[in-house]
Amino acid sequence: MYRYDEFDHTLVAQRVAQFRGQVARRLSGELTEDQFRPLRLMNGLYLQLHAYMLRVAVPYGTLSSRQMRKLAHIARVYDKGYGHFTTRQNIQYNWPALKDIPDLLMELAEVEMHALQTSGNCIRNVTADQYAGAVADEIEDPRIWSEIVRQWSSLHPEFSFLPRKFKVAVTGAPTDRAAIAVHDIGLRVVRNEAGEIGFEVLVGGGQGRTPMLGKTIRAFVAKAHMLSYLEAILRVYNEYGRRDNMFKARIKILVHEIGIDEFRARVEEEWEQMKGGPVELPDGEAERIAAYFAPPPFEELPAVSGIFEHAKTDDRDFARWARTNLVAHRQPGYAIVNISLKPIGGVPGDASAEQMDALADLADAYSFGEIRVTHEQNLTFAHVRQDDLYELWHALRPLGLATPNIGTITDIIACPGLDYCNLANARAIPIAQQISQRFEDVVRMHDVGELKIKISGCINACGHHHVGHIGILGVDKKGEEFYQITLGGDATETAALGAIVGPAFAYDRVADAVETLVNTYVDLRQDGERFLDTYRRVGLEPFKEKLYAAH
Amino acid sequence: MPLIKDGRVIEDVWETVADEAPLPHGPVIVSLTRLRAELEELLARGTPLGVRLKSSERARDLGDVAQRLALIALEFPTFRDGRAYSTARVLRECMGFRGELRAVGDVLRDQVFFMRRCGFDAFEMAGDQALEGWLQAMGEFTVFYQPAADDRTPASQLRRLRKAAE
Repeated sequence: MYRYDEFDHTLVAQRVAQFRGQVARRLSGELTEDQFRPLRLMNGLYLQLHAYMLRVAVPYGTLSSRQMRKLAHIARVYDKGYGHFTTRQNIQYNWPALKDIPDLLMELAEVEMHALQTSGNCIRNVTADQYAGAVADEIEDPRIWSEIVRQWSSLHPEFSFLPRKFKVAVTGAPTDRAAIAVHDIGLRVVRNEAGEIGFEVLVGGGQGRTPMLGKTIRAFVAKAHMLSYLEAILRVYNEYGRRDNMFKARIKILVHEIGIDEFRARVEEEWEQMKGGPVELPDGEAERIAAYFAPPPFEELPAVSGIFEHAKTDDRDFARWARTNLVAHRQPGYAIVNISLKPIGGVPGDASAEQMDALADLADAYSFGEIRVTHEQNLTFAHVRQDDLYELWHALRPLGLATPNIGTITDIIACPGLDYCNLANARAIPIAQQISQRFEDVVRMHDVGELKIKISGCINACGHHHVGHIGILGVDKKGEEFYQITLGGDATETAALGAIVGPAFAYDRVADAVETLVNTYVDLRQDGERFLDTYRRVGLEPFKEKLYAAH
Repeated sequence: MPLIKDGRVIEDVWETVADEAPLPHGPVIVSLTRLRAELEELLARGTPLGVRLKSSERARDLGDVAQRLALIALEFPTFRDGRAYSTARVLRECMGFRGELRAVGDVLRDQVFFMRRCGFDAFEMAGDQALEGWLQAMGEFTVFYQPAADDRTPASQLRRLRKAAE
């Protein structure tokens, strides 16, 4: 993991001191709420329906056990004993008091954490593949350049008042677990014909009310010129992005309106001026950062663990968990373990202080003291010995952290919705809970297989409904909650936006509708087809027919 | 409105002149429209000349004329409009402008530090506490992650220099 040096420590401490001053000016009345708003937003502090919400950055989703213990402590002392992991790999606290925030931030700084740029019209916290450094198909660890981008973008003097927020995601592998096509900039590590490692750069993706998939602006940017290229894109966006209408201010609209070719030409013109200039990293800096992400001291182990194989044969429940929650590791004898934060009927992404503390201890015992947050609102232990899996599972179970449902229909992404958020039109969490309960039978859940349901409580699409295999969008119809269903969305390397299936459903009809869709798929599927595959083969009509047949 | 330059409040010797108004003696700041329309006459006056750009006007709109100006004022119609940060950096880093770069409009103490990093060296700030706020803002950070139009060395360079010294 990256560790702060004196420069990083100083910058974060100075930012906390600056924010302490801004909070004091607000509390004394020197600043109005209107003047304070953009200042607090630059530091992840929102005013929600009931209270302030603080969003803490978990850069590219990587946490140490020490940091996880601090997050537990903060949940206990400053909040109501829990935190909420988000689709941007961050954690949110829903109940902190304004006067306590500077102290809370100081505590975070002690463990090399902050809330910098987790909101506001600036470059947001960078996200990345949660399996970084662990999967076989990775070309290079995406955390290296995620950290470089984190530093470059932090308190960037030119890009802190952009037309709108700006999100960057990085994948180091061809398989895209970071949803790079629905980010303002998506970076994919690639190798060019000469064998050099660099980045394919996508621009102009995003969700929200105008969902768009990112377009490749350049097939290859060498690492030596990556920062100048990013700076050129951001400058063109800062200068030309629309500021007359906040709903049209994202870079995707600019790219769409002037076209990718014209956008590319403007970026190239800027880039010519900057390329190779002072913005590029000095020699040795990328290597310095890369060294922090060197592989942990793996043991030499046989590829197959007898303990693991026997346990799967002997214990059916363990075998079920192993089927959905484990991913192959590139190091023989190791596995990637996904820890579900989607217990049946629970709130997607929530974790209690007790769970966080226990996970920190388990990470120390089984995964080199490191934890990842996934954009699907789960946690990952990236490097677990297969010999230890059965033991780890036994430890996770009593904590409510061994739900065998990763990637299944009950592994639902949901935004906070009307339960917390003042933008929402409808509740999202209770819909997720209803669907989860409907499919709680693990045999059926596993039979249905991979099916990604994503729920947003409003058009801003924080619940990623556009890229759900089944997407659910809450809308307000004359004061009542209704839910529009989309099919066929996909956030991976085969990215697609979902298509609206028909008229929206009332709150208490959504779980039934999902069940109808699932039954239709089960009837239609051919050998080995996932829901998404069947949908792509047969199209919308068969689903639509069943869904509205009774009406 | 107080004008802050070099860490103190100074008297403003410049006069901003409306497009139709007659030109007074002494240094004047005109709009881009007037600058373009009356460029030769304005330069022929032999007194320092400045232009005030709206946030929608870009540095490169000035072209070679930038080199003949003693002052460029960049407007922040609201502090949320961040275009002038880019304009400032382009003027300083790409076009070699060395004259006064003045921040005007909604210039607040919580933004002046970023402005300074982007190359502004003069600030029109409202309020009798303006200088105090400006001075405090300038002292809030000593570490920088990225190079800009000021002479501050980013952390990545300092790390390299320190390593070389070891």
